[in-house]
Amino acid sequence: MIKLNLNGKDHEFDAPGEMPLLWALRDVAGLTGTKYGCGMALCGACTVHVDGQPTRACVTPLAAVAGKQVVTIEGVAGQPAGKAVQEAWRKLDVVQCGYCQSGQIMAASALLSANKNPSDTDIDSAMSGNLCRCATYVRIRAAIHEAARSLA
Amino acid sequence: MAELHFPDETAATGGIRNFSRRAFLRGTGGLALGIYFAPLLGRGSLAGAAGDFEPNAFLRIGSDGLVTVIAKHVEMGQGSYTGLATLVAEELDADWGRVRVEGAPANTELYKNLAFGLQGTGGSSAIANSFEQMRKAGASARAMLVAAAAEQWRVPAEQIGVRQGVVEHAASGRKAGFGELAEAAARQALPADVKLKEPKDFGLIGRQTLPRTDSPDKTDGSAVFTQDIHLPDMLVAVPLHPPRFGASPAKVDASKARALPDVVAVVEYPGDEHRFAGVAVLARNTWAAIRGRDALQVEWDESKAFRLGSAEILARYRDLAGQPGKVARDEGDAGGALERAARRIDAEFEFPYLAHAAMEPLNCVVRLDEGRCEIWNGEQWQSGDQRLVAQLLGIAPEHVSITQLYAGGSFGRRANPHSDYVLEAVSIARAARDQGLKGPVKMVWPRENDTRGGHYRPLFLHRASLGLDEEGRLTAWQHRLVGQSFMQGTPFESVMLKDGIDKVAVEGVDNLAYAVPNLRVELHLAQDIGVPTQWWRSVGHTHTAYAAETLIDEAAQAAGKDPYQYRRALLDRQPRHLGVLDLAAEKAGWTSALPPGAQGERRGRGIAVHESFGSFVAQVVEVTLKPDHSYTVDRVVCAVDCGVAINPDVIRAQMEGGIGFALSAAMHSAITLKDGVVEQSNFHDFQVLRLNEMPRVEVHIVPSAEAPSGVGEPGVPPLAPALANALFAASGKRIRRLPIGKQLQA
Repeated sequence: MIKLNLNGKDHEFDAPGEMPLLWALRDVAGLTGTKYGCGMALCGACTVHVDGQPTRACVTPLAAVAGKQVVTIEGVAGQPAGKAVQEAWRKLDVVQCGYCQSGQIMAASALLSANKNPSDTDIDSAMSGNLCRCATYVRIRAAIHEAARSLA
Repeated sequence: MAELHFPDETAATGGIRNFSRRAFLRGTGGLALGIYFAPLLGRGSLAGAAGDFEPNAFLRIGSDGLVTVIAKHVEMGQGSYTGLATLVAEELDADWGRVRVEGAPANTELYKNLAFGLQGTGGSSAIANSFEQMRKAGASARAMLVAAAAEQWRVPAEQIGVRQGVVEHAASGRKAGFGELAEAAARQALPADVKLKEPKDFGLIGRQTLPRTDSPDKTDGSAVFTQDIHLPDMLVAVPLHPPRFGASPAKVDASKARALPDVVAVVEYPGDEHRFAGVAVLARNTWAAIRGRDALQVEWDESKAFRLGSAEILARYRDLAGQPGKVARDEGDAGGALERAARRIDAEFEFPYLAHAAMEPLNCVVRLDEGRCEIWNGEQWQSGDQRLVAQLLGIAPEHVSITQLYAGGSFGRRANPHSDYVLEAVSIARAARDQGLKGPVKMVWPRENDTRGGHYRPLFLHRASLGLDEEGRLTAWQHRLVGQSFMQGTPFESVMLKDGIDKVAVEGVDNLAYAVPNLRVELHLAQDIGVPTQWWRSVGHTHTAYAAETLIDEAAQAAGKDPYQYRRALLDRQPRHLGVLDLAAEKAGWTSALPPGAQGERRGRGIAVHESFGSFVAQVVEVTLKPDHSYTVDRVVCAVDCGVAINPDVIRAQMEGGIGFALSAAMHSAITLKDGVVEQSNFHDFQVLRLNEMPRVEVHIVPSAEAPSGVGEPGVPPLAPALANALFAASGKRIRRLPIGKQLQA
C-alpha cells in the first residue's frame, strides 16, 4: 500500500511502487483526466502537481510520491490559480481536441501559483514542455494573462 | 479490399432501414454503456428516457428542457460539435446554455455525410454538408413544439413565438419551456416542410463568440476519449509491431512477458499490406501491458518486408521525374513556351513522409459477443470501419455498433480507408476470445507505435520549370510530381483515380489559380513502395501549395516585381483569391516597411494565397533572421473566405491552429526510413512546434453570403510557402526541401 494525499484526501494505492503515477491515477484510481501522450516526459500531457510542483506523471514512480500531496486536473479547481486558469480557458475557448489541455492547465496553474504576473518569456519557459498538436498556443498565452488579471 | 464500392454496397445495410437510433442502441447493448458511464459523463447520458421528444435523428429534448444534438461528425478539435449544434439551435431558437452534444452511432442511412454518401468526417466538409440538414432538423422540432403549445393553449400556431428555449403566446401571456412541451410535441405530426430563417434573422449563426460546447468538460478532466474508456472485465492490449512494414511474427517467446504480474495473455494476430501483423500483450492495466510488451522476444519473418530507405525512394523518384508522366492538365504548349522563354526558373522540391502525431496515440476499444461487435473509438470513418469489421468477423454490418467518442486529434489518421488500427484491435480481441478471454479489449498504441505506424503523408518529389517573357510575364509552367497514391485499392479509387491521375496528388497545382497561358502538369504514381500512406490535414495541398506559392514568388523576383502585386495581376479573374490576398496584405501593412530588427538581425516578410476545400486563405508571415542564421517566426496575418461564417471564433481558432500545425511540418517534422526502418519514435526525434515558437496570429474573416465551406484544413497550405518566402526576403536563400530545419545555417 502506498499512501499519499490525492486532491486533498488521503488515498491508499494497492499498486507496485515502480508503477508510474500516470497509470496509477488512470487505471487504479480511475482519474482519467491526466493523459498519456508520450511516456517519456516529452509532451506534458500527464502533468500533475506534486507538493505544488508541476510534475510529469508518466516518468514518476508511484513510490516517489508516497506521503506527498498530489493534485490532478480533477482537483485543481480547489486552488485559486487552478480555478482562475480553468475559467480563463473557458472564457477564451482555448480547447480544440482537448487531449493535452489537462496538462496545459496544470502547468499554467503551477506557473501562476509561483508567479502572479508572468511575462510572455516566463510563459514560454514554463509552457514549452507542453505540446499541443492543435496548436492552441496563441490562446494558451492569452488565457494565462487573462487568469493572471483575474487573480490580481 | 479493392473490390469494395461503398456507394452501391451501402444498400446492403438496408436491414437497418427504419431502425430508430434508440432501438439500434438497445439492440447492441449501447444502453448498458450509458448506464455504466452516466456518472463519468456527468452531463447527460448517451441515450434518452421516456417522455423525451425525439423528432428526428439529430436531436432530442428531455422533460428537463435539455436539448441534445446528435452529431454525425466526430469532434477531433475542429469545432464540429459546436458548429452542428449552432445550426440546430439557431432554427430551434434554443437557449445555447441548455444545448448538449453527443456522438451519433454508426448508421450510414441516418448519418451519412452528404458530401460522400458515407458516414464519416473529412475533407473539411462537416459544416458545409450539414448546413441545411441540421437547420431543418431544428426547424421541424420548433414547429412541433409550437404545434403542441397551440393545441394546449387553444391559440393559433401563427401567434406563438419561440425565444431562447421558451415558447410564448404574447397576447395571453402564456409561456412554457421546451421541457414542459416535450411529451406533447412528440405526439405532433412531423411537418412536411419547414421554412428556414433568412440570414438577417440569425441570432447564433455568425455571432462573434459563442462558447464551444466542449469547453467545460475539456477543462476539468471529465471529457471521455477512447483512452479513458474502462469497462468491467476489460483488458488493455499493447501491441508489438514489426520493425519493417510487411513483416510478421515468425517465432515468439512470451515466457518472460507471461510471468509478469497482471499480464493475462499474449496473442499473435495476422495483418496484411495495410495493417500490422503483431504480438499483443493483454494485461489488467496499461503499465503491465507495456512492461509485457517490452519483455517479448520475437523473431520476425521479413521475407515480404519493405527494405528501402528514404534516400533510395528519392533516387527512384528522381529517375521517374526525368521521364514524362501521366498528364493531369495540359493547356497551350508549355514545352514550346519554355523554349521561347526569355528567362527560366527550374526547381526541384522534396517533401518527406509525415506522421499525424495526434496527442492521443491510436487506440480502440472492442467488445465481441456471439455475432456482434461493439466499438468505442474517436470514430472518424463509421461506414468504412463498420463494413470492414463486419467483413473480418463474418457478421452483418448492422451487428457492428460504434460509439463515437471525442478524438484527441486525428488530422485525418482516424479515418483510415483500410480501417487499419480498428481491424487490428478487432483481431486482437478475436485472438483473445479464442483463448477464452471474453471481456472487452482496449488496444493502446504507445507513442512509438504511433510514430512508426505508417499511413503517413506521402513523400513527394516535384520538378517544375517556369518561363517568363522579356517583360517578366509568366508564359509557361511545367510541373511534374512523383509520389504514392493512397486512393489506389480503396473504395475511393473509382471516384478519385482517373486515367492514372490521383486527384489528391495534384490538387492545388492542376487547378492553378494564376493565369498562365501554357500549363502542363504530369504525375507519376510510384508503385511497390511498401510504406502505407494516407491523407494528412489538407492532403495534396500540403505539398502543391508549397511548390506553387514559392515558385510564383521566384517568378515575381525574376520579373523584378513586388510578390503581392505580381500575384494580383495574375489573379484578376479570381475574385475570392483576390479578396483574401488584398485583406491579408492590407492588415499586415504590406506596403509599409517592416520595423527593423536588432543589430545584426534581418527581417523578412512573405505572402501566399491558396484555395482548398472550397475556402480561400491568404497569409503574410514576418520573420527575423538572427546573426547565426537561426530564425524566429514573429507574426502571421491571415485572411479567410469560407462563405457564411457560422462560428467566427471557431474559424479564427482553426486558422490559428492550422498555422501552428503547418509550422511544425515546415520547420521541424520528417519521418525518414533507413533500410526500411522508421528512424523516429517519439517527440524528441519527430519534432513538432512548441509554444515558444508560436508567432502572434491575427485572423480576418471576409464577410460573405456564399455557401459555407470548411475551415479545418484550409489554414494549413499557405503557411509554409509564406514562411519560405519571408525567409528568402531575409536571407536571399530559396528553400526547396522541407522541413526547413537548419538549412539556413548550412
